[in-house]
Amino acid sequence: MARMKFLCDADRCIECNACVTACKNEHEVPWGINRRRVVTINDGLPGERSVSMACMHCTDAPCAAVCPVDCFYTTDDAVVLHSKDTCIGCGYCFYACPFGAPQYPKVGNFGTRGKMDKCTYCAGGPEADMTEAEYVKYGSNRLAEGKLPLCAEMCSTKALLAGDGDIIAEIYKERVVTRGYGSGAWGWRTAYGDAINV
Amino acid sequence: MNMKHLAKRLAALMAVVTVLALGAVTAPTVAQAQQVNPTAQSVTEDKLFQALQGDQMVAGRVSIPDDKASGLIKPGNKSWAGTHTGTVRFLSIAAVVSAVVVLALFYMVRGRIMVDGKMSGIRILRFTAIERFAHWLMAGSFIVLALTGLNLVLGRTLLLPLLGEGTFSTLTVWGKLAHNYVGPAFMLGLLLSFLVWVAHNLPNKVDAEWIAQGGGLLKKGVHPPAKKFNAGQKVIFWSVTTGGAALSFTGVMLLFPTLAGTQADWQLFQLIHGIVAAILSFVIIAHIYIGSIGMEGAFDAMGSGEVDLNWAKEHHSLWVEEVQAKSGDKSISTKGAHPAE
Repeated sequence: MARMKFLCDADRCIECNACVTACKNEHEVPWGINRRRVVTINDGLPGERSVSMACMHCTDAPCAAVCPVDCFYTTDDAVVLHSKDTCIGCGYCFYACPFGAPQYPKVGNFGTRGKMDKCTYCAGGPEADMTEAEYVKYGSNRLAEGKLPLCAEMCSTKALLAGDGDIIAEIYKERVVTRGYGSGAWGWRTAYGDAINV
Repeated sequence: MNMKHLAKRLAALMAVVTVLALGAVTAPTVAQAQQVNPTAQSVTEDKLFQALQGDQMVAGRVSIPDDKASGLIKPGNKSWAGTHTGTVRFLSIAAVVSAVVVLALFYMVRGRIMVDGKMSGIRILRFTAIERFAHWLMAGSFIVLALTGLNLVLGRTLLLPLLGEGTFSTLTVWGKLAHNYVGPAFMLGLLLSFLVWVAHNLPNKVDAEWIAQGGGLLKKGVHPPAKKFNAGQKVIFWSVTTGGAALSFTGVMLLFPTLAGTQADWQLFQLIHGIVAAILSFVIIAHIYIGSIGMEGAFDAMGSGEVDLNWAKEHHSLWVEEVQAKSGDKSISTKGAHPAE
């Protein structure tokens, strides 16, 4: 089985936000919830870079470690998913996540956050694959259809890569060697404990 | 005409090819001459990580109309996760287990602390209805809060395997609601208790003597003098007051996240909340023990509010003298008219 990862090549990202839009549209994500976002570092300064960020599907995911009801699980493809039926909306996963991935439908007092929502790597949830029940809670399950996450698939500059970690790391290395520069595999050290050394 | 046109086209083609060929040769030299390096000033993750200090995060600008979304990577969040699943979980387990072990050992060695003389059958009022209301409001809510709080930390390990995911989730949802809405009751009880008892809990010379004699806890028949509250009870009072205040403050901050500030503040408050709760649980388990099975006649003080005169003379001799001096022995002897249970 593959070890699925995301890799955003910041030297290619043009901050078009198409990945954000594609994600929202593909999964009918409610207003106010951002499973993916594009952050621009050093905006307006020389050497500015934009990075598209979502749940990185960490190795030994900290969200899963702190969840009081153990609602997270890791698929055979190493995608970190969760059960909205089990989630109690406590917010601990948001405290633990280094990438700000967990989202809540409400920002309320007295712990009224609602069920957590986050990037599923287009892999749905614990319900049966490609069912209505799964779609309503988690969005579409492209992985079950043999497709990769839509954000990466439709990235116009192919900055955002999704797929097996070894393969996309190899693609990124090739790019860096060919063009002679690279600002790093953003988030990899934090999510997977290893950076890509070129 | 036709030939002329063809010649013109050929000439044009030749010109284009020549220009292209020349361009291909000269282009690299032009680039080298300009020394264009697109990454000379570009940000790299490594550099930003090196510049990070403490709990900072790599952040930038985001087009989403929510400033909180502008954070990119905050490795420090993993250290909160580590402390929560490590220190807080360990302290919670340690507090409960060590309290039970220490008290079990104490019970085996000392047994139940009995009244040395026999019960007199004379009962005197120790805690008024207001004092008991304050105590039980605080105690009842604390037990709900402690159990639902411990469930958040330990339930996943202890209860989840027994109940299954669905049932445990439902239980924890209700537990979370109870925790959030019972909190204010605890705060009210804490405030009332503080007001009615603070005057009796200021440390004084008697406490030093009580502590020097170990409170008479370890030896039978030893009863150091004490006023309304002995030094041990004062420790509990001040532990509950300070610990309860810390729990109340951090709890309110966690209930109103927008009031509390940033994510780093929530994390800090959550850790303080968990650690203080663990320590206070230890204190309260010991308090429950000595107030119930640990000591004969002690529960009456908070149960009916009236204690046996002999029990009071042994454990709170100076307080009995104060009460007798205030009301004269009359009232106590009329109390004695109540039949002994």
